[in-house]
Amino acid sequence: MAQSVPTHTGETDERPHGLRGVVADFSSDQRAFKNVSWGKAMMWIFLLSDTFIFGCFLLAYMTARMSTPVPWPNPSEVFALTIGGQEIPLILIAIMTFILISSSGTMAMAVNFGYRRDRRTTAALMLLTAVLGASFVGMQAFEWSKLIAEGVRPWENPWGAAQFGSSFFMITGFHGTHVSFGVLFLLIIARKVWRGDFDTERRGFFTSRKGNYEIVEIMGLYWHFVDLVWVFIFAFFYLW
Amino acid sequence: MEQVAAHAQAQVKEQHQQHPIRLYLVVWGFLFVLSAGSYFVDYVGLQGYLRWFLILLFMILKAGLIVAVFMHMAWERLALVYAILLPPLLVLVFVAMMVSESNYTIFTRMAVTGGAP
Repeated sequence: MAQSVPTHTGETDERPHGLRGVVADFSSDQRAFKNVSWGKAMMWIFLLSDTFIFGCFLLAYMTARMSTPVPWPNPSEVFALTIGGQEIPLILIAIMTFILISSSGTMAMAVNFGYRRDRRTTAALMLLTAVLGASFVGMQAFEWSKLIAEGVRPWENPWGAAQFGSSFFMITGFHGTHVSFGVLFLLIIARKVWRGDFDTERRGFFTSRKGNYEIVEIMGLYWHFVDLVWVFIFAFFYLW
Repeated sequence: MEQVAAHAQAQVKEQHQQHPIRLYLVVWGFLFVLSAGSYFVDYVGLQGYLRWFLILLFMILKAGLIVAVFMHMAWERLALVYAILLPPLLVLVFVAMMVSESNYTIFTRMAVTGGAP
C-alpha cells in the first residue's frame, strides 16, 4: 500500500497537501479536483451558482428592509400560531426547521449506507427524507395560504412595509421550489437504489451509462444545500 | 487480468466518503440544539445587539456543521474547498455596497417626502 501506482497521466496517490496542494492541483494537467468525480464536482459548482442566486434574494430583501421608512412587520407576530388558545410565536417555522434538519440527518445516513451497498436501508432512508421534505413543502403551502388569507400580497400587507410580501413570496417560494424538486430527485434515485440498479450495473434509461452509489452522495449534496439555504432564510428573514 | 484491474484501480482515484454513523447522529443532535437556541432567542424576545449576535452565531455554527460534516467538505482536498467556499465571500462586498445604497435611498426618502413611502 505504501508505494503508489503511477498512471499514464502521471498522477500518483501521493499528492502534496495544504496550499502547495492547491497550487499543484490547479496547475496540473486535465483535472483540478483530483479525488472527486466529475459528477460531484459539477454538483458543487451548481450549488455555488445557486448560492449566488439565494445570496442575491437575501440582499434584495436587506436592501428593501433598510431603505424603507415604513416599519417592517414583526415576523415573530406575523408567523405566530394560536394553539390551544395560546399564541406561540414562530412555532410553525420552528417545526419546519426541525423537520428539514431531520431530513438532512436521514439523508446523510442514506449516503453512508449507500457506500456500504445496503440498498434496502439506503432506499428506505431516502424515502423517509422525501417524506420529511414533502411535509415541509406542505407546511409551507399552509403558511402561504394563511398569509394570503390574512391579506398579504406582493404589493401590500396589513402590518407595514409593502416590500414584506414580495420578499417573503420570492424567497420562500424559490426555496420551496428547490425542496419540491429535491423530493422528486430523491424519489427517482431511491427507486433506482431499491431496484438494485447500482448493484447490477443496470444502464440508465436516459444516459445508458452504468450508475453507482455515488449518485446518492451527489443527491445528498443537493439536499443538504437546501437545508443550508433554510438556515440563512430562518436567521435573516424570520428571526432578524 | 490483475494488471488490468490494478490499472483501472489507479485510474479511478475518486475516494468515497465513509464515516461512522455515530458522527452523523452527533451532528444531527448539535443542529437540533443550535436550532432550538435560535428559536429560543425569538421566544424570550431578546432585542438589540445580543439578539443579532446570537442569531448570526447560531446560523454560522449550523451552516458550518452542515457543510463540513454532512456535505463532507472537511475531508475534501483544499483545491475544492477553496474553489467552492471562497467565491461566496465576495457576496459580502455586495452587501457592503447595498448597505451604502440603502442608506442613501432612505436618506433621500426622508429628505424629500419626510417619511411617506
